[in-house]
Amino acid sequence: MSSHTETPLEYKSQQSQMNILGFWIFLGAEIVLFSTLFASYFVLEHNTAGGPAGQDIFVLKDVLIETFLLLTSSFTSGLAIHAMRNHDKKGLLTWMIVTLLLGAGFLYFEINEFLHFIHEGATIQTSGFTAGLFTLLGTHGAHVTFGIIWISLLLVQLVRRGITEKTSSKLFIASLYWHFLDVVWIFIFTFVYLKGMVI
Amino acid sequence: MSLDEFFVTGDPLILGSQIAIGLTMIGLLALITYLKRWKWLWNEWFTTVDHKKIGIMYIISGVLMFFRGGVDGLLMKAQTSRPELDFLDAQHYDEIFTTHGVIMILFMAMPMLIGIMNVVVPLQIGARDVAFPKLNALSFWLFFAAAMLFNVSFVIGGSPDAGWTSYFPLAGKEFTPGVGNNYYAIAIQIAGIGTLMSGINFVVTIIKMRAPGMSWMKMPIFVWTSLITSIIIVAAFPIFTVALLYMSMDRLFGTHFFTVASGGDPMLWLNLFWLWGHPEVYIVVLPAFGMFSEVIATFARKNLYGYKSMVFAVAGIAFLSMLVWVHHFYTMGNSAAVNSIFSLTTMMIAIPTGVKIFNWLFTLRKGRIEFSTSMLWALAFIPCFTIGGVTGVMLAMAAADYQYHNTMFLVAHFHYVLIPGVVFAVFAALYYWWPKMFGFKLNEKIGKWHFWLFVIGFNLTFMPMFFVGLDGMSRRLYTYAESTGWGAWLGVSAVGSLIMAAGFAALCYNIYWSFRYAKRDAGNDPWNARTLEWSTASPAPHYNFAVVPKVDRLDDFWHKKKSGKLGLKKSELKPVHMPSNSWTPVFLGVAFGIVGFFLVFEWFTLAIISSVLIIIGLIANSFDYDYGYHIPVEELEEEEREWRGELK
Amino acid sequence: MKALKKVYGLFLLLVTPLILAGCENKLIVFDPKGPVARNLSDLIIFSIIFMLIIVAVVFILFTVIVWKYRARPNDGDFEPKEEKGNHILEIIWFGIPVLIVIALMIPTTKTIYEVEDIPQGYEEEEPLVIHVTSADWKWIFSYPDQNIETVNYINIPKDHPVQFKLTSAGTMQSFWVPELGGQKYTMANMQTNLYLVADQEGSFYGRNTNFNGRGYAHMDFEVQAQSKEDFNEWIHDVKKTANKLTEDQYDELLEPGVVGRMTFNNTHLDWIDHAKGGSADYIHPELYEIQHGEEKEQELDGQPEIESKHQSENDQSEQHSDSSHMEDHSNH
Repeated sequence: MSSHTETPLEYKSQQSQMNILGFWIFLGAEIVLFSTLFASYFVLEHNTAGGPAGQDIFVLKDVLIETFLLLTSSFTSGLAIHAMRNHDKKGLLTWMIVTLLLGAGFLYFEINEFLHFIHEGATIQTSGFTAGLFTLLGTHGAHVTFGIIWISLLLVQLVRRGITEKTSSKLFIASLYWHFLDVVWIFIFTFVYLKGMVI
Repeated sequence: MSLDEFFVTGDPLILGSQIAIGLTMIGLLALITYLKRWKWLWNEWFTTVDHKKIGIMYIISGVLMFFRGGVDGLLMKAQTSRPELDFLDAQHYDEIFTTHGVIMILFMAMPMLIGIMNVVVPLQIGARDVAFPKLNALSFWLFFAAAMLFNVSFVIGGSPDAGWTSYFPLAGKEFTPGVGNNYYAIAIQIAGIGTLMSGINFVVTIIKMRAPGMSWMKMPIFVWTSLITSIIIVAAFPIFTVALLYMSMDRLFGTHFFTVASGGDPMLWLNLFWLWGHPEVYIVVLPAFGMFSEVIATFARKNLYGYKSMVFAVAGIAFLSMLVWVHHFYTMGNSAAVNSIFSLTTMMIAIPTGVKIFNWLFTLRKGRIEFSTSMLWALAFIPCFTIGGVTGVMLAMAAADYQYHNTMFLVAHFHYVLIPGVVFAVFAALYYWWPKMFGFKLNEKIGKWHFWLFVIGFNLTFMPMFFVGLDGMSRRLYTYAESTGWGAWLGVSAVGSLIMAAGFAALCYNIYWSFRYAKRDAGNDPWNARTLEWSTASPAPHYNFAVVPKVDRLDDFWHKKKSGKLGLKKSELKPVHMPSNSWTPVFLGVAFGIVGFFLVFEWFTLAIISSVLIIIGLIANSFDYDYGYHIPVEELEEEEREWRGELK
Repeated sequence: MKALKKVYGLFLLLVTPLILAGCENKLIVFDPKGPVARNLSDLIIFSIIFMLIIVAVVFILFTVIVWKYRARPNDGDFEPKEEKGNHILEIIWFGIPVLIVIALMIPTTKTIYEVEDIPQGYEEEEPLVIHVTSADWKWIFSYPDQNIETVNYINIPKDHPVQFKLTSAGTMQSFWVPELGGQKYTMANMQTNLYLVADQEGSFYGRNTNFNGRGYAHMDFEVQAQSKEDFNEWIHDVKKTANKLTEDQYDELLEPGVVGRMTFNNTHLDWIDHAKGGSADYIHPELYEIQHGEEKEQELDGQPEIESKHQSENDQSEQHSDSSHMEDHSNH
């Protein structure tokens, strides 16, 4: 870390502070949202209605690749914010682009995985289990997609305006969002895939 | 889909309303054009980010929705006023009680309360606006789009008809195939997003924007209740978001979350619905408690008794509200242990609520009670709500609930909670804060008519329902046999509902009368009140406070007023930073409305195409670097001088 | 619960005028015809007494305070004193509700547990099992041991525990016979359980309380409690005279609609138990389509044709065809 002792740029104005606090509270709401998705998934997990169950369709290799991509992207988004704090526009831009590429890779593998599920006869209409599974994974995937588009737009603003109080606070918030998606994924990895493959 | 499937046809009542709506719309548009008010509407209202104007728009929508929901209620009362009436058929009745419930809770109570919070909270904490003014406007427009979408259902496509709780499997496509319940799923989803953002907005506003010196325990009680309500919104609404998402998936894409077939679980809907639904009751009732507290303290001319215990009571109620959802379905075959636990948690809510009732009574004690209209509402609330409260405790006892569940007793109970708890509060608040919004008071004499008609009508309407409920009448019955003997009770109830309606008419007349004739002399502090909003002009200037006040204690304004420490020094004035108006919120509201409409009809191509509008709105918003503008000192000085006289 | 009896008398003195205001008989919930309902009724009355006391205290305090401290024209510029909270008082009105909650919680929990089991005093007897299957918008009752099935009415022996095994063929309903006991949901793919006893003969009103669509208001049934001899004779008659229910007839019966009473000499449990799944095959979304306006009126008012057919087939086995269930509701 750099040896700054003053307030980071993204916290400088009152409005930025409020934006960041507001976003934390939004993440609180997101936690409730994903908790509900998880709880519903657990309720529906064994309602396969004669269709495939988790262990029939999950492929460990795909999941591990997805996990690796997303975890790495979370790390690189951290590096990007680190660069931002050092007023290193180029570093910020580079690491954010790496993050986005990793995110896109994650999405690629996730879509492949969905196609594989469907190929195995597990569509979203098959059973209570598949409905819960696809919706949980799909909501996470939709968040990742949204994040990629959002951060891309922010990068355009960054290129045009440089690291300012406003752009830095926006990018900081986007990185919080990205880390959050990573945390959700860890839960999905553990409680959907690992649990599904063991039990 | 043919045109007569698209428009609801064949029912003379609906046909009448279709024509009426059509004519009103044309008339309204013509009037605005004639008066050349389009530009004014756009600049002053549609694009505004001013919390007071947004609040007023919420309140206007709430009053309109109150009318719509009230007409639904009257129709129900008319149909059941005598046994075996043929006024409405089963289908029409089912639609009406469904829309009555949804509209009253989500499109009347919520906007009324959020509207009043919008007007009052920033003023009470000495802020110039909420934390995110543009987001605030977006919340409103999403709510408004959702309300319009929901209301259009009864002329286009058909209303939802599975009850405001929309229990599965009934609410699934197998049992209610039409588009009616799609309206429920989509419209409430849109409104819910708006509400969630309001919740976040108010939490941040209250945490970050309080006037210097206003520590937690110096906040007005209404701000406390708003804060806690907002926290419950953030904690509870996402649950409903997911539940509605599942509902939409089941209905639109044939998934099996809640179906009977293929491993769906209808009980999951009940749990998710009430995990949101019970806290929702407190979302609407807690700010109401805050309003009553302000009104009672003001008109008893005393500080609120036991302020601290009030705060803890509200927090306690909020916490417990998350732990009681099962009491909505004690009869679902839960184990005796589960029912006992939830009986206990539910009854525990009575404890903080009781504390509040006694604190209000002791605020009144040794006071000097002035019976203004607004105070009358607050006073009537205490006995009426007590009846709602004690019957709530009776319902909380799981075993006894086996005999009350789904009966008119339950219906009577929650109307005795929600009408005194929310509607009385909204009325009290409207009379109380009206001068702060518009600069003149509502007429007190017409207000008394409004009060007495409404309160008498309310008791006549709902008291008999307790008795028919105990006599075995289940809720949502569109007809009953004469031999049941319920006719007499329900006849009285129907008469009561007409009296209530007359009360509402008196309110509307009062608003009309006061706009035309009331003297514009309210002054900044017409009620001799206690909190900061009364320290600035009425109506509040768009910048709220020329100088952000400094706060030393609870009810700071009251004490400074008594010791003559008020007043504005010219030297204190500095330019005020204000946010600019924005077109994106209203644009996004319309876009969400259009996409929602297409989703309701399952026209997915059109929905996808029109969602481009949403994306455009979001991008425009993200690239908007408007920093707002500053009001120069001279302008402030002039505006302040207008009501203060010469500055020091 | 003997002490309760005394307060019950007191209570009657207090609220009888209210209860009698509209009709001459007692409100149905306070008119139990069996031990389960009596248990609940006692609990309810116990709670009402508490509530009346609370309401009285609040109303009196309220009236006195509002009257005594009203602003008077000759108050001058009297300014009430600011008042801080009083810890002792606040603890008192925190403590009193706590005590009330405890006082209510004990009998509540006791009753919750009691009504889940065979009522006290009847544990010795083997309960009569009746499978209840609710459908849109009718009640189907199967007596597996007797191998008979009825629609929209049941006969039960007096003073004998009955175990209802509740399930639904589609939407969720709630089974309620207020004079005999509390209600319970019926849900497809699962079974809920309810014990009831009638300790006197008579006809009792039963209905669905959970809204489930257009025919909901008409979804009621009659419970006829008979002496054991009469009950056995009824069974005997049914076995002799009633027709068998076929799978096709059953499919038709489950189509949405309101029907009259029917009696059959077998049960549908032979081929489907909705508690164990399989209901999906009986659901026909197209039959739930609605048209606004007049067509719809006909649909409900004119009973579906299926009804008259079954009616005529089963007329000879119809035991109570003369007494419509609504009229039996003993409360007017």
